Amino acid sequence: MTRPEINFPESLSCPVPIMHHETIQLAHGAGGKLSAELIEKIFLPRFANEQLNKLEDQAILDNPGKRLAFTTDTFVVDPIFFPGGDIGELAINGTVNDLAMSGAEPLYLSVGFILEEGLPIATLHRIAVSMERAAGKAGVAIVTGDTKVVNKGSCDKLFINTSGIGVLPDDVHISAGNLQVGDRIILSGTIADHGMAVLTSREGLSFRSRVSSDTAALNQLVRKMLDTTTDIHALRDPTRGGVATTLNEFARQSKVGIRIYGDRIPVRPEVQGACEVLGIDPLYVANEGKLIAVVPETHAADVLTAMHTDPLGEKAVIIGEVVGDHPGTVAIKTGLGVSRVLDMPVGEQLPRIC
Amino acid sequence: MKYLDEFRDPKLAKKIVAAIRNTVTRPWVIMEICGGQTHSIIKNGIDQVLPKEIELVHGPGCPVCVTPLEIIDKAIEIASRPEVIFTSFGDMLRVPGSRKDLFMVKSEGGDVRTVYSPLEAVKIARENPDREVVFFAVGFETTAPGNALAIHQAAQEGLTNFSELVSHVLVPPAMEALLSAPDNRVQGYLAAGHVCTVMGWEEYEPIAKKYKVPIVPTGFEPVDILEGILLVVKQLEEGRYEVENQYLRSVKREGNRPAQKLIKEIFEVTNRKWRGIGEIPSSGLKIRDKYADYDAEHKFDVGDIQTNEAEICISGIILQGLKKPKECPAFGKECSPSHPLGATMVSSEGACAAYFKYQRLQ
Repeated sequence: MTRPEINFPESLSCPVPIMHHETIQLAHGAGGKLSAELIEKIFLPRFANEQLNKLEDQAILDNPGKRLAFTTDTFVVDPIFFPGGDIGELAINGTVNDLAMSGAEPLYLSVGFILEEGLPIATLHRIAVSMERAAGKAGVAIVTGDTKVVNKGSCDKLFINTSGIGVLPDDVHISAGNLQVGDRIILSGTIADHGMAVLTSREGLSFRSRVSSDTAALNQLVRKMLDTTTDIHALRDPTRGGVATTLNEFARQSKVGIRIYGDRIPVRPEVQGACEVLGIDPLYVANEGKLIAVVPETHAADVLTAMHTDPLGEKAVIIGEVVGDHPGTVAIKTGLGVSRVLDMPVGEQLPRIC
Repeated sequence: MKYLDEFRDPKLAKKIVAAIRNTVTRPWVIMEICGGQTHSIIKNGIDQVLPKEIELVHGPGCPVCVTPLEIIDKAIEIASRPEVIFTSFGDMLRVPGSRKDLFMVKSEGGDVRTVYSPLEAVKIARENPDREVVFFAVGFETTAPGNALAIHQAAQEGLTNFSELVSHVLVPPAMEALLSAPDNRVQGYLAAGHVCTVMGWEEYEPIAKKYKVPIVPTGFEPVDILEGILLVVKQLEEGRYEVENQYLRSVKREGNRPAQKLIKEIFEVTNRKWRGIGEIPSSGLKIRDKYADYDAEHKFDVGDIQTNEAEICISGIILQGLKKPKECPAFGKECSPSHPLGATMVSSEGACAAYFKYQRLQ
């Protein structure tokens, strides 16, 4: 199948286009001249492709004659710019990753913006540039979109919804319900980078080494893994709720036990430090550029080797295995050799008093 | 990571476990005071690698747990007022009062904000001169200097819209109360490392002498806790009862003198009710009359609030180390972190919450 044509940015510096207003007005979402100006000056130059350029109310896509993967996600992160990324990049990568975790090749995205009246046009432009780059990197096209403007105070700067369509190879059947006893659990790299980057920048906490988000599109890493074997049982990106939540979802949906080794899970020292200061367990913190793969033991070494050839998988490790004991439960072995339950989080993790 | 990795080293930890095995000859009951230590013990499975002669019981050192229900209800009432910005450390927000928690106040439109330092609350007061900013000043001696500093700073700047709702508690009176109870089982203490960082250990020396108990200021990592246990067991086996410092990298005998001076300037000792235990004489801090303008209880007339605890809850007995969480009939059934019935389940540092979170494989 041919990939949609992607326009990469002409230069790295993208000056903000000159427009009638410096900030978003309610009229920018009213469908008139200002709406047209916003589309022509901000969105089209950034997202241009054959389908979008037609400016129809819908994108017409070829039928590939295969199974499709379809997903949607909404992004409301605060702050909208954080170390290592921004809401726009996150909105592209998040939806690309949701598609990629089925083994699908992500192809087309829709983007819906909800903008708060008064948002600087320069901010929106910066986010559009970032989305263009993220889409280009992931090899997906933004083929349809929508913009609404709400009264000041009715939303926080801007919210973004992205939906995506991908095409599934015939022989790939990945599901959280597929885990088999003996399978190995592979983690693609360090955990908790995104959640701690957002938390520390939201709360204005500064650390000597900056904690940076890991936001990235994982579809190319997944392709390398599937090129090694299509016999991958489960894949998931441990976003909200972190690695602990994803492992619990796997154990429950497949009705198997999972055993992991606490000392094998990679955490960057600066992230570990931020977690220690705030009393937060990195196993429950969000990631935006990591995946957990469950593969049969016979393929584990090959898949791991393939992952190591990709920058997003170079620190991949086997962190545990699927076991016949304690179905539906995840056990973690501590440094002292004691096993305990690694449960789902009860609610949001809260920094503690002391 | 420096100061962490070496205190989490499994090889060193196992060596200390072996040393404890070689030292112990008969049963001993040791209490760790601090909720942070309880958390670390259960998380790392330290209680499971100790010889069977040593029983660890979990002390009352979780400030969230021992904050009386009446104070939570007062916080909720103050936070619900439209003119108030109510600020707190994160883990107080989920603690249920008689009818609701601070999260619910927030969802109903109350301006409730999480802060990481009381000085952030002072900053919010500075930036919002037309609003009343209240900080929920809860904790042991560890958080008292920061909370005192906030009032000191507000007073120096002449801010009139900042106050604190104070429920400060002190560790040594609680240790004495437990030791002098007729059914006391505690024979040795791991004292709370961070409390001792502020206060030093001079005030523990008379307690060790009077009640003939070893007291060891101890850190929070597995190697710290195991070393603390080893020091207590050695003393017990040798018939000594002294204050001996394990947490060398943080604690000095005299503690942090400037911090102590600041606490004394702003606060004075008072009787304080502990949730689950009851009133302990001279076991708390309150704001001195000189700084009454910064006392939220003085500023907002919330009056006397009467509360009732769940009858089934045995958190008071657990806080005294007389029972383990799993001996409670409500544990994991009517009572869980998402629906806590009592003190020890409300905070992640509480003994019941630690047992619930880090359940053992059956």
